[in-house]
Amino acid sequence: MTYIKPIFRHPKLPKNKIGYTLKEYEGAISNLCAGCGHDSISTAIVQACFDLSIEPHKVAKISGIGCSSKTPAFFLGNSHGFNSVHGRMPSVATGANLANKDLVYFGVSGDGDTASIGMGQFVHAIRRNVNMVYLVMNNGCYGLTKGQDSATADQGSKSKAGSINPFQPVDLASLAVELGATFVAQSFSGDKGQLVPLIKAAIHHKGFAFINVISPCVTFNNNVGSTKSYDYVREHMEMTSKLDFVPQESEIKVDYEEGEIAQVTMHDGTRLQLHKLENEWDPKDRLSAMNAIQRARAKEEIITGLLYVETRFGDLHDILGTSDIPLNKLTAKELNPGGAALVEINNGFN
Amino acid sequence: MTPTDTQNPEYYHKVVDCQYACPAHTPVPQYIRLIAAEKYTEAYMINWESNVFPGILGRTCDRPCEPACRRVRVEEEPVAICRLKRVAADNKGDVKQHMPKGPFIPNGKKIALIGGGPASLAVARDLAPLGYEVHLFDEQIAGGGMMRSQIPAFRLPEEVLNEEVNYILDLGIHTQFFTYIDSLKGVLEKDYDAVFVGTGAPRGRDLPKLPGRKAADAFIHIGIEWLASVAFEHIDKIGKKVIVLGGGNTAMDCCRTSRRLGGEEVKVVVRSPFSTMKASPWEKEDAMHEDIQIFDNHVPLSFEMSDGKLTGMMFQKVKAVFDDKGKRQLVPTGEPDVFIAADEVLIAIGQENSFPWIERDLGLEFDEWEMPVVDKVTFQSTVPNVFFGGDAAFGPENVITAVAHGHQAAVSMHLFCQGKDIKKRPDPYTNLFSTKMGIHEWSYDSEVARDQRYLVPQAAKEITLLDRKKEVELGFDTPTGFKEAQRCLNCDVQTVFSEDRCIECDACMDICPTSCITFTDNAGEMDLRKNLLVPAENLTQEILVSDQLKTGRVMVKDEDVCLHCGLCAERCPTSAWDMQQFFYSVTKASSI
Repeated sequence: MTYIKPIFRHPKLPKNKIGYTLKEYEGAISNLCAGCGHDSISTAIVQACFDLSIEPHKVAKISGIGCSSKTPAFFLGNSHGFNSVHGRMPSVATGANLANKDLVYFGVSGDGDTASIGMGQFVHAIRRNVNMVYLVMNNGCYGLTKGQDSATADQGSKSKAGSINPFQPVDLASLAVELGATFVAQSFSGDKGQLVPLIKAAIHHKGFAFINVISPCVTFNNNVGSTKSYDYVREHMEMTSKLDFVPQESEIKVDYEEGEIAQVTMHDGTRLQLHKLENEWDPKDRLSAMNAIQRARAKEEIITGLLYVETRFGDLHDILGTSDIPLNKLTAKELNPGGAALVEINNGFN
Repeated sequence: MTPTDTQNPEYYHKVVDCQYACPAHTPVPQYIRLIAAEKYTEAYMINWESNVFPGILGRTCDRPCEPACRRVRVEEEPVAICRLKRVAADNKGDVKQHMPKGPFIPNGKKIALIGGGPASLAVARDLAPLGYEVHLFDEQIAGGGMMRSQIPAFRLPEEVLNEEVNYILDLGIHTQFFTYIDSLKGVLEKDYDAVFVGTGAPRGRDLPKLPGRKAADAFIHIGIEWLASVAFEHIDKIGKKVIVLGGGNTAMDCCRTSRRLGGEEVKVVVRSPFSTMKASPWEKEDAMHEDIQIFDNHVPLSFEMSDGKLTGMMFQKVKAVFDDKGKRQLVPTGEPDVFIAADEVLIAIGQENSFPWIERDLGLEFDEWEMPVVDKVTFQSTVPNVFFGGDAAFGPENVITAVAHGHQAAVSMHLFCQGKDIKKRPDPYTNLFSTKMGIHEWSYDSEVARDQRYLVPQAAKEITLLDRKKEVELGFDTPTGFKEAQRCLNCDVQTVFSEDRCIECDACMDICPTSCITFTDNAGEMDLRKNLLVPAENLTQEILVSDQLKTGRVMVKDEDVCLHCGLCAERCPTSAWDMQQFFYSVTKASSI
């Protein structure tokens, strides 16, 4: 067994604003199958956090069960992590977020973990607009139990064993838009050029940011006839837009020859520039986003990019009106204002 | 860029930095792996085939391989390649059974080798098994040339030298020692089919015009001549106070030998700054360890005498100043001149070629510096059957370069004697095969050791300074040798990419610890180098560019800091990457 990652890195590895290289954002060496799309998503998360100069200890990774949910071991090794029960990641993430709203939350899940056992949890995390990045590594099969069709497998998709899936798929992006998620995106593990800016935008989004990433299972679902294989996804990918993520302090000027630019300003002032490739679509309009998704589905295309974003709603803490200080930092002094305060409250009822 | 042509053996050869930097192109990683596997005899034979003197070079080589070692590009110290070679030599079993054994069937050709140093011996080793009748002439008592006369025994024990010289002489070489050839014409008049000149650079430079030089002659010695006199036991003592002039390896050998012959205050005085002295850093360290002081930036002014005896020397203090063109000048600092006391002075300021025995009417052309005109590839002179090699060909170099010359000259002489075109060189021998054994299993140790370079133990100087022949370096013991061998990055195990298998999953790019691999749009080389994950700024290292992939992109790998850890191949789902062991053996006259 010689499967050990060397300690040496490229001596000229760039440093970010807080003086870290990518190495400080890496995790343990992956033990997923060679070529798994999930590893590319892990790398995209590492890249996004490095680019945004996020301090690793200000991140929490929470996952359920499945190949996808193993990945938090393989990225951000210096961050907090919680590998929870199958499908129960949203509850744990909601609890953690309520206790400490200062962290960046990554909820990492798979198609089984979200669209089957965890569907109920997923729906309610959206409803509550928990401030987190909810990533689904969607490969359309249960890789950990040898590749049975999952709830997101497309009707008519052929498995490695040759059987055709007879059921309708759960379309997670449509579902998220329908339920009122405030940030909905779709992407492909094999396209980091698109995925990394999407993750960065999702981190900056205050509220529930959902990214459905098609991530081929090389071992059980990368065969001819599968609609979640590398080849199929590349052939049927349709991008809504090219996304530039513009940090608060700097502006990147990129010249695009054609197309319309839609600007979205996030809660914290960062801006998203969307170079629209799809007409008849407005990322800020829920109905138009819904239509774009359905149109693509009818054409058997996989629509990718930022599909819908809504920045007017507050997140769970805004809705509940919690204190500005994160709950876990409140001390006995603030929580127990003393007898005098009680008397005052009681007098208020007189 | 057009896809890289990996069919050209020189592409993968260049990736093996140590082997590429070695003048004789010894397959370094190959023998280091054999040392790690405790196959010392096999490791020795890989060396012997390539560099002829593994035991000698394992102690005295100039090590051009070590600065080239890939490890210095990711950490501080290279693998101790040279001293690992010695581990193979020290622990080998019966190597003679693997060497060619005479008598060989004569091919009817007769050759003369003038000079018995490393270049001539390499020629002899390559040509004797082909049936040549080889006659070797040397003025010394035994073979070895400067390895015998100039390298002190405390660095190179006589037994080691004799053993390796004899492996060659035992191939049936006709030796004529104590024979100084004083006329090339005389040699050419005999019926030799080809003649090889490996007479080295025998003349040590002097300072004839320095005031006091003539008067103090009895107390002044030329470095290489003095070392030879010590080696052949004509000299066995020196004054208590010694000045050694010069900053090269000969100066280091002179000062350290002086310490062993009674020199108590031995000072090396050199014109240039300490950092630019020609001596290898480890030789300077060893000298200073033996209480030798090095005075840099001192230019000699005169020899000072009193009562018919040398009292010392005057020096001017200078500093190095660089002009606009980067050319160095030594400018006086204006400080008062310095007197350094001495009983004897050794001049080791360089050596030069000297061919008083070659008649100038033979048609053998000499250039304006009195050097013979020699072809850089074939080593042929302007007299078709006379070949040169070693220091005699292009001026003073080192043992390993002399061996490399010997191999190539032997190829030329063999072609020449067969009546073939010596410009048509045979191809090198190459081989490339997969090291894959199973999942996470390779036939080489792919784990990258994090150990720092191990130090070679030395005998205590209280013992070594008392005996000129007591070897200072003790060599690695086998456990340390193993650990040092494990530091090798196996650069000869190549990352071979097959674009037709690649599904562009990015797994290799994601796992690569040193960010060598990038999938990107094709462009010109300089743009491509800039567009990589980490720009490939080291232009001395190649980039491996694939043919166009399905998405229209290309795979680009920067060879610069690749650790050859095999993770790209382990994470590849389709075996588009494979780790393949590359063997390269430079063209030689005979396969051993």
